[in-house]
Amino acid sequence: MATVHLGATLCRPYCGDVREVQVEARNISQMLRELDKKFPGIAKQIDESMAIAIDGVIFQDTVIEPIEPDSEVHLIPKIAGG
Amino acid sequence: MNDVTLRELRVVGTRPVRPDGVDKVVGRAMFGGDAVMPGMIFGATVRSPHAHARIKKIDTSKAEAMKGVKAVVTSADFPDIPSEEAFVGEGPMNFRDLSRNLMARDKVLYDGHVVAAVAATSNSIARAAAESIEVEYEVLPHVIDEIEAAKGDAPLLHEDLFTSGLETKPSTPSNVAKRIEFVKGDLEAGFAAADKIVERTYKTAPVHQAYIEPHACVAAYNADGQCQVICSSQGQFMVRAYCAKLLGLDISEIRVTPAEIGGGFGGKTLVYLEPLALALSKKAGRPVRMIMDRTEVFRGTGPTSGGTVKVKIGAKMDGTITAADAEMYFQAGAYPGSPVQPGCMTCFAMYDLENARTIGFDVVSNRPKVAAYRAPGAPISTFATESAIDELAREIGMDPIDFRLKNAAKDGTKALYGPTFQNIGLIQTLEAAKNHPNLKEKLGPDQGRGVASGFWFNIGGESSASLNINEDGTAVLVSGSPDIGGSRASMAMMASEILGIDVSRVRPIVGDTSSVGFTHLTGGSRVTFATGTAVCEATEEVVKILKGRAAKIWEIDEEAVEWREGHAYPAGDNAGKFEPLSLADLAAKAARTGGPIAAKASVNAQGAGPGWGVHVVDVEVDRETGHVKILRYTAAQDVGRAIHPSYVEGQIQGGAVQGIGWALNEEYIYDKNGRLDNAGFLDYRVPVASDLPKIDTVMIEVPNPRHPFGAKGVGEVPIVPPMAAIANAIYDATGVRMTSLPMSPPKLRAALDAAGVGAKVAAE
Amino acid sequence: MAKTHVTCTINGEEVEYLCEPQQTLLDVLRDDLGLTGSKEGCGSGDCGACSVIADGSLVCSCLMFGSEADGMEITTIEGIATADKLHPVQEQFLKHAALQCGFCTPGLIVATKALLDKHPNPTDEEARYWLAGNLCRCTGYDKIMNAVHAAAAQIRGETV
Repeated sequence: MATVHLGATLCRPYCGDVREVQVEARNISQMLRELDKKFPGIAKQIDESMAIAIDGVIFQDTVIEPIEPDSEVHLIPKIAGG
Repeated sequence: MNDVTLRELRVVGTRPVRPDGVDKVVGRAMFGGDAVMPGMIFGATVRSPHAHARIKKIDTSKAEAMKGVKAVVTSADFPDIPSEEAFVGEGPMNFRDLSRNLMARDKVLYDGHVVAAVAATSNSIARAAAESIEVEYEVLPHVIDEIEAAKGDAPLLHEDLFTSGLETKPSTPSNVAKRIEFVKGDLEAGFAAADKIVERTYKTAPVHQAYIEPHACVAAYNADGQCQVICSSQGQFMVRAYCAKLLGLDISEIRVTPAEIGGGFGGKTLVYLEPLALALSKKAGRPVRMIMDRTEVFRGTGPTSGGTVKVKIGAKMDGTITAADAEMYFQAGAYPGSPVQPGCMTCFAMYDLENARTIGFDVVSNRPKVAAYRAPGAPISTFATESAIDELAREIGMDPIDFRLKNAAKDGTKALYGPTFQNIGLIQTLEAAKNHPNLKEKLGPDQGRGVASGFWFNIGGESSASLNINEDGTAVLVSGSPDIGGSRASMAMMASEILGIDVSRVRPIVGDTSSVGFTHLTGGSRVTFATGTAVCEATEEVVKILKGRAAKIWEIDEEAVEWREGHAYPAGDNAGKFEPLSLADLAAKAARTGGPIAAKASVNAQGAGPGWGVHVVDVEVDRETGHVKILRYTAAQDVGRAIHPSYVEGQIQGGAVQGIGWALNEEYIYDKNGRLDNAGFLDYRVPVASDLPKIDTVMIEVPNPRHPFGAKGVGEVPIVPPMAAIANAIYDATGVRMTSLPMSPPKLRAALDAAGVGAKVAAE
Repeated sequence: MAKTHVTCTINGEEVEYLCEPQQTLLDVLRDDLGLTGSKEGCGSGDCGACSVIADGSLVCSCLMFGSEADGMEITTIEGIATADKLHPVQEQFLKHAALQCGFCTPGLIVATKALLDKHPNPTDEEARYWLAGNLCRCTGYDKIMNAVHAAAAQIRGETV
């Protein structure tokens, strides 16, 4: 089970006080589905405004990246630049 | 690690002359304002002179009647786009906000806000027509400062803006668009464990990217609805997408050609003129050229935020940082979207912290909508935190670099905003700075030395490239990334490295939106990483094709062919005895062996490596004038792998100097009516050659395994440390802690006098 | 509006044009003569991107009226190289990677040529002060100064 950290402010309207969940998922797409079951609406929020760090590597605008059984996943605001 | 990074490299790491260089030194390169379309007419804008006002009436009749005027547009000519959030270009964007930023509807929200535009047969007629347009305003009270704007009784910019990110949605609107927070550990316990605590508030003023080339475009809206745009921009696909959205067109109806761009730094990652020019062209039936003048650039395009940052940091006497806390308010300008989020995420990233928190507020106010500026947000927050770190190091009696080394983020450190760092080179960078010969130079009276570090994420994203082998064995490489700083040279170098031919035989060009696959804009320090990845993939595919052609010619298996040094060789004796075939040989036989040899690649590159910078600056303070002279500047940075070292050094030097300007002189100065007082280069003072010494750079290479050659983005990190480094140096020289930017002569002189260490004392 | 008839020499060639009273020399070069190498960065003489050499003096062409050029000898960026050879300043700018976006480059090259025409062996301080009127936002001036000194040495006939 991958551990998904929901510390970001953007998660609060969907997750309330929950900061961490265990999720059964083999890629980002599956993870979003599982999260949305627990916290309806969060998948759209993540897709639109968040990046996903899987074991320290940051992914953005992609749902096909793999997640390992013991991965640590962090949801962070999307990153831009100048 | 990709096996390419382990091999001896022939081209990558060398310094060939850039392939587009001659055009640029003889004046032939085509920038946005150089482009012409036959029959083109000239556009001009009408801009609000008020910081905040309701538009009562716009009377365009005199302009419409003027001889030579072919079109006049106001907000009535643009669809009223509903609120729609999207992450496009370089940041979260609400399309309704963007369309209203381009052309005000109902209200103007800053001095310089566009209310109408005209197109006429000459520049002088266009300007006269613009001046003849009469706009009736109901002037409203305005607010610019972020702290003032956040107060409950401040003039309200948007009736429908309610602060998001709070526990309960507020019942009344305000100018605070959102609140964000990042937290880890136990702050209270952390501060309780500290032996020394530093708590201070810092302030920065808005600064502009100040690219020397004003925004420029020429656009044609044809009778059949197809559009052509040539413009100066950091992203031709972004321009296309915005124009389609803002004008209600299909994306395929617009073709955008990127001209050479005269600087962007983030300020050209959105549109200002292109949709206006297209709307005018549609009405006029002629192509329309629009070029901003310098005052329009300053008044009407986004500088970055000004911000107020409150910092509290605690440490034990042994040097361990036990807790770090920062709360910041950033100006977003007329519409929400300041970089307060990255400001919160980056300012403590250089440290391995158990207990930390950052809180940020995005505040709208009556100045232009913020546009991205090189590592958006980080320079503002890091000025504050790195100044506080310096003070704390002094409180516990530790050398500033050693203090940073003791607490440095390293592989395995968990950032405040969540993820764990890997393959990072901060410690090496700190050590390189520490060991630089510049730090052995002795300091004289009124001279001081300051250190600061900085971090930026860097991004990847979508990029496309195609490599076409010509009949004579040379190659054309097309990528979708506008070249701001020499990137097309690096693209050619990576391709020629893999092909094994001389870099001069690979000609790189930047394609327009119809000629190359979708490519995210040039920014976020992404091009060498993401577009480079696409280039390498396309080149590897070409090598595969070349091996296949050799196999066909030799009538052996493809697996039995290897490619090295620009030739196909039989792999081992079992494959057979054949003379090697060069790229030119195979290219000459292309038609007969299957057709043109070409490949393309489109990627969504992920896993960009973050950048780390450590700057050391020596200054001399003139106590009488408050002038700060930069004596020596050292910038060390983890660059992953320098593909073309000269252009990597160039990014470090350019970013550092922008930071020097930000530290010492640059700021937006508004009068009491909210009008910009210094909308030109005379009074918006950017660094000039005589202000500066050499900028010494040290490049640390800790490769990023997710790039074929190990490259990390480099462009943005260097603007993050300079302001704190200089403030720390000023403290070292004078004992005076400057907490507000810019540290310009009058402000420094006043601070010195207030501390009793000004010229009067020195003279005694 | 009556136009002024102007005759002058630009990059060694006799040129004739008609210009409106308010047109600057920069406007004329860019809009009427097809010489778009000189750039407008500010229109107020603060950035130097429009630098040309007029009767031997380095000037901002945005601060001259088109009509003022009558009878003058003007050199623009387009006249710095000869038909088949780059000027040493141009060569060294390329060799030392002294440009990134390239927008300030024409003005800087003209200004550097004007410097070295008058002062073939400038100190770093002299060169930096001479070039203080040419803004560059990309490079931080470091590699530009390397190129300037290398070009000076090359022009003096020293090995580079």
